[in-house]
Amino acid sequence: MNRITEVFQNGKANLLNVYFTAGYPNLNDTATVLQALQDEGADLVEIGMPYSDPVADGETIQQSNQQALENGMTVAVLFEQLQNVRDRVTLPILLMGYLNPVVQFGVENFCKKCQEVGVDGLILPDMPMDVYLDDYKTIFEKYGLLNIFLITPQTSDARVRQIDGVSQGFIYMVSSASVTGAQSGVSAGMEAYFARINAMGLHNPRLIGFGIKDRDTFQTACQHAKGAIIGSQFIRVLQENAHDLQPGIGAFLRSVK
Amino acid sequence: MTETTTKPAFGVTERGYYGDFGGAYIPEMLYPNVEELRQNYLKIMAEPDFQIEFQALLRDFVGRPTPLFFAKRLSEKYGCKIYLKREDLCHTGAHKVNNTVGQILIAKRLKKQRIVAETGAGQHGVATATVCALMGMECIIYMGELDIERQAPNVARMQMLGAEVRPAKSGSKTLKDATNEAMRHWINNPVDTHYIIGSVVGPHPYPDMVARFQAVISEEIKKQLVEKEGRPNPDYVLACVGGGSNAAGAFYHFLDEPSVRLIAVEAAGRGIDSGHSAATTALGKPGILHGSRTILMQTNDGQVVEPYSISAGLDYPGIGPIHAHLFKSGRAEFYAATDQEALEASLELSRTEGIIPALETAHALAYLKNLNAKPHEIVVINLSGRGDKDLNTYMKHL
Ligand SMILES: Cc1ncc(COP(=O)(O)O)c(C=O)c1O
Repeated sequence: MNRITEVFQNGKANLLNVYFTAGYPNLNDTATVLQALQDEGADLVEIGMPYSDPVADGETIQQSNQQALENGMTVAVLFEQLQNVRDRVTLPILLMGYLNPVVQFGVENFCKKCQEVGVDGLILPDMPMDVYLDDYKTIFEKYGLLNIFLITPQTSDARVRQIDGVSQGFIYMVSSASVTGAQSGVSAGMEAYFARINAMGLHNPRLIGFGIKDRDTFQTACQHAKGAIIGSQFIRVLQENAHDLQPGIGAFLRSVK
Repeated sequence: MTETTTKPAFGVTERGYYGDFGGAYIPEMLYPNVEELRQNYLKIMAEPDFQIEFQALLRDFVGRPTPLFFAKRLSEKYGCKIYLKREDLCHTGAHKVNNTVGQILIAKRLKKQRIVAETGAGQHGVATATVCALMGMECIIYMGELDIERQAPNVARMQMLGAEVRPAKSGSKTLKDATNEAMRHWINNPVDTHYIIGSVVGPHPYPDMVARFQAVISEEIKKQLVEKEGRPNPDYVLACVGGGSNAAGAFYHFLDEPSVRLIAVEAAGRGIDSGHSAATTALGKPGILHGSRTILMQTNDGQVVEPYSISAGLDYPGIGPIHAHLFKSGRAEFYAATDQEALEASLELSRTEGIIPALETAHALAYLKNLNAKPHEIVVINLSGRGDKDLNTYMKHL
């Protein structure tokens, strides 16, 4: 069974999904960060494939993308770094990134590599649903990859239903209308949106992301969904602990969960 | 109603594809806004009260129709009949305002309160700030830090008009980065804000919408040529291409006229192979940028390459999907002019015709020396903007 499906089926609550940028803070930190996340109790991981023009990301993730690219990160290097990672890491792994580097690598080749190294799902925010359904769905499925869609407070009920219908694994519920790294926390308006989505009786579980940064925001998010996603705040932790990643990551995860 | 805004161009599909190029590659955060626009833009543009207001503004505010000027001395020099379509005489000094007048009317009908836009040369920023002032709407303009420096007069104009100019500090600090920031701003302000994109780039419906608003250029050329030459079609139409809005407008009504050669000129910067260039069709390959599948300058790994041109308005690593299609299908010919050639062409036009062109426009003019048109042939050059904003640069190179 796909590891993403499995983690949602085994009934555990308050799932913590952590995003980090591949090749950040240093090129060869990818596997170190991944291992530390597993050891310190993350439930899923999203590995960001850096991109020169990440329009859905705020400053923190932009800078980590920039730094990773300067470090020499590429899609090909990432697959090398993930080569034997499944000997040690059992967490569900998602790759997150923008569509152009994937298209240039070759979508089928990319998916094949994902399967080889043990990737379970993809999050490609600028891939339109119709392009996915017409061109990529059968390829993703052939290589056992779940495609994760996003919804936002502005997504209409009809579109939420449509997304639910084509989703597998989970739906990425963007907490507020913003790029990543917003500092707003969880407001009353957001709670109304979470309640609206919860009342819809969707097939897929949700994880809440954007603006989740500490125990407080994580707990609040978990009251409204299966768990939550931490991105920008974790990038800050990596930045601050660049020289000794494992203890820094451990301390941060314990402060959240 | 004129045919300008209702005739579909380039066989664009409902999902915004021109052949292999176009579409709407946007994150879900932008979907509601872009979808709202897609569902409404053609409907709004066809409404009689929109047409009346739009045509009146083009006439009385923008100053249309712009003249089609026979450039006598330039014609003698190059041995053909050269006409200049005087978009430089539009209010604010470039063709950009044709589009901003149209989009602000759409934004109003969509009940938006705020406008965000990107700008390179500052012409689109000024044109946007102008229509925002006219309509009493709040205006935020993102502009690359480098462009804020090299197009200072336009920054001052935007501020005079009440717009807030915000620097884009990432990447090469130019047009691409300003576009990224404007998109992020729109993501962060999804309800009451409209994004006025300044060229035929971005997710569908922008390329089609902007092309329709700029199509007035070729509509007028046709009528004016009948008056002056007794025939609607020239032999050549020349335009510079950054994103490609002035070229799209100048080509629009000639696309189905195979006798008209369409010539697009990009910025070669210091030379196509110098590593400092913005000649997208020469250096790029298919990929996805700013919401559409197009041709863009990128590494083998799919990272966007930072472009370079002396001209802020052409300093962009992509082109609109319309142009990617015109290039691939061979309907338009694509060339590139260097910084130096553009500077020389600019000086030449200034001194032979008494018109100082924008640096962007000068790239189109620079192709004249390679054209080899015959004496009876008619060449129309889209004079997309005036050069006041570039005087600092010109003085440095004089
Ligand atoms: C005068 C002028 N011409 C041309 C351009 C390039 O834009 P486009 O290719 O969309 O016409 C600009 C952009 O700033 C401009 O100011």
